[in-house]
Formats: sequence, C-alpha cells, structure tokens
Amino acid sequence: MTPILSKPDRKSATPLSARPEHSAESPVSIHALTVAYHRKPVVWDVDYDAPPQSLVAIVGPNGAGKSTIIKACLGLAPKAAGRVEFWGQPYRAVRKRIGYVPQRESVDWDFPVSALDVVAMGRYGKIGWCKPVSRQHRAAAMECIDRVGLADYASRQISQLSGGQQQRVFLARALAQEADLYFMDEPFAGVDAATERAIVQVLRELKAGGATVIVVHHDLQTVAEYFDEVMLLNMRVVAEGPVSDTFTQDNLVKTYGGRLTLLAEAAEAVARAERGG
Amino acid sequence: MHRAQTSITDVSIEWPSVQDVFQTMTFQAGYNTSVVLAGTTLLGVAAGIVGAFALLRKRALMGDALSHATLPGIAMAFIVATLFGVAGKSLLILLPGAAITGVLAIVATQFIIRQTRLSEDTAIGVSLSVFFGAGVVLLSYVQNMSSGDQAGLATFIYGQTAAMNVRDVFLMGTIALIAIIAAVALLKEFALVCFDEDFAAVQGWPVTFIDLVMMTLVVLVTVVGLQAVGLILVVAMLIIPPAAARFWTERLGRMTIIAGIIGGASGYIGASASALLPRLPAGSVIVLAAGVVFFLSLTFAPRRGVVANLSRAARLRLKIAQDHMLLEILHKDLQHSEATEGASVSIGSIRKRRSWSLIEATLIAYSLQRRGLLRKSGNAVSLTEEGQDAATRVARTRRLWEQYLVQYADVAPSHVDWSADLVEHVLSPEMVTRLERSLERAKRPAAPVAEGAA
Repeated sequence: MTPILSKPDRKSATPLSARPEHSAESPVSIHALTVAYHRKPVVWDVDYDAPPQSLVAIVGPNGAGKSTIIKACLGLAPKAAGRVEFWGQPYRAVRKRIGYVPQRESVDWDFPVSALDVVAMGRYGKIGWCKPVSRQHRAAAMECIDRVGLADYASRQISQLSGGQQQRVFLARALAQEADLYFMDEPFAGVDAATERAIVQVLRELKAGGATVIVVHHDLQTVAEYFDEVMLLNMRVVAEGPVSDTFTQDNLVKTYGGRLTLLAEAAEAVARAERGG
Repeated sequence: MHRAQTSITDVSIEWPSVQDVFQTMTFQAGYNTSVVLAGTTLLGVAAGIVGAFALLRKRALMGDALSHATLPGIAMAFIVATLFGVAGKSLLILLPGAAITGVLAIVATQFIIRQTRLSEDTAIGVSLSVFFGAGVVLLSYVQNMSSGDQAGLATFIYGQTAAMNVRDVFLMGTIALIAIIAAVALLKEFALVCFDEDFAAVQGWPVTFIDLVMMTLVVLVTVVGLQAVGLILVVAMLIIPPAAARFWTERLGRMTIIAGIIGGASGYIGASASALLPRLPAGSVIVLAAGVVFFLSLTFAPRRGVVANLSRAARLRLKIAQDHMLLEILHKDLQHSEATEGASVSIGSIRKRRSWSLIEATLIAYSLQRRGLLRKSGNAVSLTEEGQDAATRVARTRRLWEQYLVQYADVAPSHVDWSADLVEHVLSPEMVTRLERSLERAKRPAAPVAEGAA
C-alpha cells in the first residue's frame, strides 16, 4: 500500500528545534501550514500543537478554512507550505492510527450498501488487498455500530436512515478504524438531539481511552460543554488553547468580526464558559 | 450468416424455424456460431460487472467518450500496419490502436475539467465529437487506400458479430474473464473508492491506482466490445445492465451479479438473433434486449420501480386525506360538544373546507367506512367509536409534531426537511412515543447535560 498521493512538502519547513513549542508527544503538530486552492490562500500560516488525550474544537465562521485544515492534515488538500506531523512522524508512517469522519454531504447516500457495510469500510485498512471482509472483522464492525446505538439498523440500506443516523454510521466507521487520533468534519451539523447525545458520549469514551479528537464545530453554545481545547480560526489562527482561557468574548469578536447575531450568541457562550467551562 | 449485409435500413426479414432457434440457442448450430455466442455472452457479463463500478463512480459517460474516440485509433492502426506491410485487419493490431486513442480522449477530457472552468459534460462532449470526427476523416482516407483489405473497418461503428473469427472470440473471452476476475478480487477496493474516495485515501489506499484499474477494465471491455456491439452502442452495455440491476437490490455485490446476468443475457440474445436473422445487426439487438430489461425493471421493480413508487404515493395521499376527514368530523363533533355519540356531518361541508371534489370525498369516506371508522347515512357521516379513537390519535400526533417543531427546530433542522403537514401522517407509533418522551424531558426545569443546548 504505497501512497502515491500527498508527498509531504518540506520546502518551507522550519527545523523542529527552532520551534520549541512543538513536541513529539503531540498527536498533531501543524507547522506553518498554508493551504491554497486555485492560487487563493484559504488558510494562512497555521501553527498548532494538539495536547494528547484531548477533545479539540476548530471553530470559526463559514469560509474560515476549518475543513481545509483537517483535509490538509490528512493529505486530502494540497499544502502550499508547511508540514504536519503526528507524534513527531510524517502522516504516511502513522496513518493506521488516524481515523476520519468526513462531512456527511460528501458522499452519495443512495449507494447500494447497508449501514454495516459502510462501518466495515473502517476495517478495510486492516483487512488488506483482495481479501473479503472476514467474520471477525464483521463482528468488530457490528460492535462499533452498536456503540453508536444503531445495532437495529445495521442491515438497512443507508439512504433509508435519517440524517442523524447517517452521521452516526460515519462515526461508527471511524471507530472501526481503532485509531488514536480522530479528525471529524462537522459531525454535529444538522443532527437530531439523540444523535448529538450519542456523538458526545462516544467523544468522551474515546478521550477516556487515550485518544485525541479534532472536531470541526459550528455551534458556539456547546464548545465549552463538549471540548477541552479550542482553535479559533478565520483563515489564520486567532487564538488557540484550553477552552477556559481561549474561548473569550474578545477572541470571538476577533474571529467573527462584526457579525452581530453571532456576537450575541458568543456572549452567551462566554458566560457559560466562565460559569463552568 | 454468410449472406452479405446490404444495408442496416433494409428491414425485410426471413424468420427462422423454431428448430433453428432452438439449435442456435442451445449451442448446437455449429462450432462458429456457438463460439460467437459464448463470446458475446461473456462480453455482456464483463460489461455488466465493470459497468456497475463505472456507474457508481459516476463515470458512465466517460465510457461514451472513450468508445467514440476508438475510431481514429482503429483507422490509424490500420494505416500504420498497411504501411509496414502487415495485414491490418487483425484485432491484435486494431484493438491496441483503439485503446490508445480512447485513453487519450479520457486524458484530454480530464485535462479540460481540471484546467478550465468547463463542466464535465461539456468536456466529454468536446472530446467525444472531436475524436469521432477525426476517426471519420481517417476512415474515409483508409477507404481510398489501395490495399483492398479495408472494407471491414466501418463495421466497428455499428459492430458485426458475423465478422468475428474464432481467434477474435477467444481474445474477447480472455479479456472478459480478466475483467470478471479483477472485479471479483477487488470488489471491496472498488466499493470503497466509489463510495468515499477521501476516506479511502486517508486509510492509505492508492485511490489513483484503483481508479486506473477500474478505468482499464472499462477500456478493455469497450475495446473488445467494439466488434460485437460497435463503438456507438458499446457504452450501452456498460450503462444499461447495471442501471437496470440497481432497481432490484440495495446491495453492491448483488447489483454487480445481476448486472452481469442482464449483460450476459443481452449478449446471448443479440448474438443468437444475429445468427438467425443475419440482416439484424447483433449490436443493436443486444442493446435493445438490455433496454427491454431496463424498461421492465424501471416499471415493475419492487420498492424502486415506478409502479411501486406511484402506489406508495397514492397510499400516502389516501392516508393523509383520511386523517384530514377524521379531523374535520372530530372538529365538528367538538363544536357540537355532544360528548358521547358523534354528530353527523354533511359530506358537503367537509368538501368545502378541504376543497375536495365530490368523487374524492366519496372515495375517502368509503375507504374510512371500510376500515370501520365511519358511519354513513345518506349525505351525512359520523364517526364510529373506533373512528373517534383514531381521530383523537391523529389530532394528538399533530399537536405533538407541532410542539416538537417549535421546541426542537433549532436542534434538529434535519427533521424540518419535510413539511409538518406531511410528516404528521407518516409518523410511526414508535416515533410518537419517542416524541412524547423527549417533550416531557424538555419541559422539566433542569434538563440533563446533553440537552442543555435545547
């Protein structure tokens, strides 16, 4: 399985020693990352170290480049400059330890597969070339679908699931990867209350098991409740760090600029963070 | 099959005897016919299987550009071979030529898509027609060459199974078998890349390479299918069988198998017809056979078929109308407030409020009567005891739903996709219980943590 995509771009890499804040302990170290589509930069010069065993939210307005950062980390978007390391190693060396939940809209849900088939895709990396899904891997997939509360829906064709259930299928597929680091792109977008509870539950379990989860998140009101760390992003990193220090009204104003309706929400969210964070 | 083909518009047909038909279809009409039959059947199976993945990868039309673009390759291969003094009409020379320009057209299409703002269908249209145009020009040049061997080249446009010799058919069969084996061995990999290429890439699968294998299979089937079906129609063998198969199953493995069976059956029928009725071009018959299967699938398939869809829609509309009528009568009941026995209401007054035609209203009333929910006396109707229960249930579900929308709309936008009016009629009893529970929870002053957002 030699990757022929995404050769790491080392042109502008600064040596590790020159940036003492980066540590080999960190599950993800983003070094001076810039991403451009069609020559227009989407994300500028991002530096970030995720602490081990933490739940990290990437928050920012539409078009801030939240998904782009995740995609660049995973080699799905071209890096114009900078590099990303995982536990001090390049992506290729550790991809078996990394799980991914893409945006729900990124696939065609009329595809002729069952929910369990999709979850079993999380095992394909472990199964390897040309071999069918063995009973043991099927059982593992079944366990994962059960963890998100969809055991009864395992044999449904995926278009017969509600949006929230589809989101949980994607989550279960990532669980089937048995990773130490997860990237999730808007897992809470457009889901029902039951799904939101199920996802939060899984996030907490993953953290308890030692994993780190990076989540693109759009709901400012729940940031303080669900996450330990936050990266406030608007094409560049406005602020990053523990939610209690970072998720302040000041920083939110800088991130969202003059969007008044959002500011009102932000004020409320900040009040919550200060209460209990 | 030794009669000369005069023109594809010459439609006079000599019908074969039943015995001829039986002999041909059971592989007893001589070695040559049997081999051709086996070859096109195998080709149909391969095209169906490979096409299933092309369809799911949404690359079906790419096959059309590919097949049209084989023409200049065929002509050029012939010209080059003749220049070197080799017999140009061997498939071993023509097919590689076909493959080269076919792939070139795909590369050109991809280049246009990536480097410009033109959409995929535009890019396909441009490369398809330009390559085909070049092919026609080259072909007319070939016709004027003095080698005298070129007469059969034009048969690649419409296909002519009768022109196949046994060696060609073995080549076809071999390539078809390769396609089948590859599709079976790589089912999992193809499924993953077709469904979610980003996820495949994150797992470390070489997406570009897997795509390349799928495209190569499409190229092989197309090129090999040229002689049987012709380059204009060969894409139909890639598209129609899997499209028909999709109606019958919700599973990729089964869809692939069904597509292979439909493709194989079409190839078999087409080649048989061509052996029995030499004036019918086999390629067209193959495609028509597949077309018939597609039409039947589209119409009659359970769940996904048109008939099933229409009847489902009709049942839903009836259910909605029934609920509305129950609500109307219940509403009148409450106005009269005659607590125990339901009041009778004239159908005319209900019609006016719901703007139903007389026939509609009568039908709805009749269907409710048959369910034992409605009593009818003359032009007036009233609810039976069960009818009152049912109407109360409908009214409560509607209230629940409205409340749910009000309280949860911000949390559950995915549930607001349907209009409230529609959803209240399709809520399952299980869903109603869940709604009730969630509403009760939300009403409590101290909500649990996860619902703090509500």
